[in-house]
Amino acid sequence: MQLDGKQRRTLTDLRRGEHAVIVRLEMPEAFARRLMELGFLPGGRVVAGRSAPGGDPRVFEVDGSEIALRHETALQIQVEK
Amino acid sequence: MNPSGVSSPLVQIQPTHRHTVVIVGPPNSGKSTLFNRLTGLRQKVANYPGVTVESRRGQFSVTHGRRVDLVDLPGVYSLEPRSEDEQVTHDVLLGRMQGTPKPDAVLLVLDATNLGRHLLLAAPVLSLGLPTLVVLNMADDLQKRGGQIDTTAIANKLGAPVALVSAARGQGLETIHEFLHGKLAIPTPLELPVLQNVPACRAWAARVSSDLYRAPAPPLWSRRLDGVLLHPLWGPLLFVAVVVAVFQSIFTAAQPVMNGVESLLARSGQWIASSLPASPLRDLLVEGVWGGVGSVVVFLPQILFLFLFIGLLEDSGYLARAALIADRTMARAGLQGKSFIPLLSAYACAVPAIMATRTIENKRDRIATILIAPFMTCSARLPVYTLIIAAFIPEHRLLGPLLGTQAAAMIGLYVLGFAAAILTAKLLKSSILKSDRTPFVLELPPYRWPTFQSIGLRLLDRASVFLRRAGTVILLVAIGLWILAHVPLSGGKAPEIRDSVAGAIGRTVEPVIAPLGFNWKIGIGLITSLAAREVIVGTLGTIYGIESEDDSAGLQRALRKDLTPGGAVALLIFFAFAMQCMSTVAVVRRETGGWKWPAIQFAYMTGLAYLCAWVANRIVTAWV
Repeated sequence: MQLDGKQRRTLTDLRRGEHAVIVRLEMPEAFARRLMELGFLPGGRVVAGRSAPGGDPRVFEVDGSEIALRHETALQIQVEK
Repeated sequence: MNPSGVSSPLVQIQPTHRHTVVIVGPPNSGKSTLFNRLTGLRQKVANYPGVTVESRRGQFSVTHGRRVDLVDLPGVYSLEPRSEDEQVTHDVLLGRMQGTPKPDAVLLVLDATNLGRHLLLAAPVLSLGLPTLVVLNMADDLQKRGGQIDTTAIANKLGAPVALVSAARGQGLETIHEFLHGKLAIPTPLELPVLQNVPACRAWAARVSSDLYRAPAPPLWSRRLDGVLLHPLWGPLLFVAVVVAVFQSIFTAAQPVMNGVESLLARSGQWIASSLPASPLRDLLVEGVWGGVGSVVVFLPQILFLFLFIGLLEDSGYLARAALIADRTMARAGLQGKSFIPLLSAYACAVPAIMATRTIENKRDRIATILIAPFMTCSARLPVYTLIIAAFIPEHRLLGPLLGTQAAAMIGLYVLGFAAAILTAKLLKSSILKSDRTPFVLELPPYRWPTFQSIGLRLLDRASVFLRRAGTVILLVAIGLWILAHVPLSGGKAPEIRDSVAGAIGRTVEPVIAPLGFNWKIGIGLITSLAAREVIVGTLGTIYGIESEDDSAGLQRALRKDLTPGGAVALLIFFAFAMQCMSTVAVVRRETGGWKWPAIQFAYMTGLAYLCAWVANRIVTAWV
């Protein structure tokens, strides 16, 4: 497998201002659909933004808008740089 | 307009048939602004009978006095009926909604500054085959940030006429009127909508808008503002400062206006008293109606100030940031992000808040949110709080001119309600209403300047709701109470109020409430305020109106004779916690489908109110 040795990265690994490409949404179908409607599409670009005081939730810039996600949801979105 | 287009009227408006036009669009695309623009002041809030989320209806005339029924639907991202609000939109569009005829036309409102993503909704809506005008809103924003759009070419690709408008500024609305008159051509679509899944649909949207749309630059000053408002230190501090400013100004700025209304009512009452011949009817009018309804109506300036601030915060986009800042607290109480909006709207009134919980898919989360919503300090508590605080808490400066003791007491009561809600949620979520944590998603809109029209309409709406309640519930209670306070007649003369039927009722409950520091007059108020919280103010106004020989004794001064400081604090606490509102009980019964939850809720809130009021009375009485 090509993936061997390559670390699995998620939205939570991005620092502020860092961008990445979304690979996969690892969550139940209905919620993945909602996130895709909001712009979290596999192959799409995402930029990590500010977070609420305390670090959670965090704002992500996708498809022309800013969407805030809790840490637990960001953990389920796999990205690559 | 377009050579390949077939020029046929979309909507043939005939005087005999009322046409239904629905507004559909994603959240935050400006549907309600457009709705208000088109309907002007004729809007009214209405619910669908027995179904889900609130949607608004209004009328507007398209030239020659012909009218159209306009329906403003809740914002949706797709037409897949998954949550209940999407089900409503879906059913209305397909003509399956009872009470709403199948729409004759659709206004699909999309945000022109984010066209690619918003076109996602165009695919399912256009596939329905209803005459549709694609309204690209926020044209002013698009232009300011250097975006561009070729509406004619996009119309050709979509196969639907397109209008570029700014609902907030009222620009481009004539195209909507032309559309409703059937003057716009329907082009044949060059790109048939794709529905199979989100990525495919998004690719279709990109094909439609590529070359024809230049996305605007990111809203830079929104980002800069967020740099401050979401700052780890300044963010929460500013959040607190905003809350303090709101309540301080409710006391300082609204007070002179309120005094004006008060003296106007007092003088008109005296004028009525002096110009009518002495009769029971005159007494009923002066004591019952003027004393009862009038003492509630004087709080209108306070209510309007509160809604002015809520409106400014909402329209500017700050509330979304507040939701973000508050999310950690919500999460700790086991509440999901979707509970925030209903709880926020409960600051206005618990009834629409409880209806707004329909957007929460998880049933246990929904019931938990319904159960705690009435703890949030609704605007009906404002008159009660203001009256008692003004009568009992001496005004001292705490932070120079920035914060006084009275405003601080008010903030304390709001915090108390919020704390009770959060603690109750924690209790429920760790016991009978356990559920998995559900995801939180929140879209942060760019900051925008609130418009006078939007804020003005909202204030007008709130004022009419408040005055309608004063003219119905409060008026009826005042008249009923006045009559009960004058019977039984003995020898053709009314008894002392203490010996009247009303007084007897008050004295029956007195032993129960005496430990809280309340006498029988407050007891009457507690009973009548079961109808609605602010009724207690009207009731005390009526009682003191009947009692006092000269009408000049103000309600505050009369109250000070009847309540000890301990009793006053107890009364504040009681109103912070008790579920004194029949409309809320009724809506909880309807939304939960039975008497079980409203009964538990009523018992819990009243029990908590009684217990805490008793403790407060003991503590204050021991100290003062």
